[in-house]
Amino acid sequence: MINKIFAGFDEAVADIPDGAVIAVECWGYPATPHNLIAALKRKGTKDLTIITHTFIPMVFSEEYAALPAVLLPQMKKLISPIVGIMRLGAGGFVKEYVEKGMEVEIMGHGTLAARLYAGAAGLGGIYDPIGVGTILEEGKEKRVIKGKEYLFQEPLKPDYAFIAGHKVDKLGNLVYRGNYRSDQPVMAMAAKVTIVEVEQIVEVGDIDPEHVITPGIFVDRIVLIPPDGLGTPDKGRAVIEQLTQIESVRDLLFGKAD
Amino acid sequence: MKQRLDRDTMGMRAAKELKDGDCVNLGFGIPTLCALYVPDGVRFETEAGLLGYGRLVMADEIDKADWHYIDASGRFCTPAPGMAIFDVVTSFAMIRSGRLISIMGGFQVSERGDLANWNTGGDALGGTIGGAMDLAVGSRMVIITMEHTTKEGKPRIVKKCTYPLTAKESVDLIVTDLAVIEVTPGGLLLKEVAPGWTADEIQGLTEAELIISPDLKEVEL
Repeated sequence: MINKIFAGFDEAVADIPDGAVIAVECWGYPATPHNLIAALKRKGTKDLTIITHTFIPMVFSEEYAALPAVLLPQMKKLISPIVGIMRLGAGGFVKEYVEKGMEVEIMGHGTLAARLYAGAAGLGGIYDPIGVGTILEEGKEKRVIKGKEYLFQEPLKPDYAFIAGHKVDKLGNLVYRGNYRSDQPVMAMAAKVTIVEVEQIVEVGDIDPEHVITPGIFVDRIVLIPPDGLGTPDKGRAVIEQLTQIESVRDLLFGKAD
Repeated sequence: MKQRLDRDTMGMRAAKELKDGDCVNLGFGIPTLCALYVPDGVRFETEAGLLGYGRLVMADEIDKADWHYIDASGRFCTPAPGMAIFDVVTSFAMIRSGRLISIMGGFQVSERGDLANWNTGGDALGGTIGGAMDLAVGSRMVIITMEHTTKEGKPRIVKKCTYPLTAKESVDLIVTDLAVIEVTPGGLLLKEVAPGWTADEIQGLTEAELIISPDLKEVEL
């Protein structure tokens, strides 16, 4: 059996070259492969293209978490439906990098999912009704199909995907937990190399085949999150503690409404 | 005496549109409040990949939060019996196939039902799209809850949106602190007004032309 398990995060990202295109899941603190992101920052890989669902400023300390935004100085391009938090100035925090030449491509979240699926399935792109009549039309081919307008969107085929999993067997069969699943199965399918950081590694046969979400064929590298790693319950509590110190974020995440 | 509906009441009024069996995606802000007033059998969807989640975790119970369960605004929520978990490909198939009702906030709605609710600035970094465009285009019904005017008193219901659009001709119903307005093929139909307000007064705070319903009444909860 091919050994997919890597001893550490630095080893798992060691071959990622400058200019790589990387899909990374992020929903804030949750559903983020913090340890792989931190390792890529340590490695200092340049000219990255980052594809992520949520690209928000680091409002908590890097001691506890590493969101894709820690890679900003290493990035050439960002592809994301969410850049920034509205009440914290939306995408303002990336403007200094845009001025230095970083490109930002925005789109709806469903479009991101469909483009990744197109990349995974070898489609030449999609005709998408989302964005018609909006600023997303700019530079896009528009086509009328059966009387309805669509925008052409190219497939996304990342070189690597960074995944935050719950449990994996040694073949790479993967189970997520809660809505950590989200964008990750399609990212894992679309990427050439998928690297998973995971809470548990189990023996082959220990996961009911009916429960496998991402079949092991899509998983290339596995790293176990150590007890002192990022993304653990202890670090999560520390992050929540920090978040509740920021009034606007606290209201957003824990208030009765808005 | 003239009254403006408070945010809870707006949430309650929007929730009145829902019935047993409806599956609903709630946006930030006032829509979140709808969850408190929905009838039995309504289930909530988040594009993050949950259908049928339970209550949101509030400020005084943060220590109980399980960050494996979040709604689309990144709020912690609780699992509930009957909940389903799925990935975004499945999630956006639900959203885009017209199986959901969407209740969102808005910055502007036009007389044709165009929606602007993602960006108040001029450029692409002035706001965040998230799932808003998919929800506006794909939902079976789109309900927008917003204040009738801006903080400066300018109309939010306009002839043509000046903010970047989320989607063209997508809104079905607008619930504001002053009125309930349906977007019809013939134009905006004023159906309900807040207590003490007349149709003329509402029109005075609305840039788009309103058609006054022959059954115009006070907001019903």
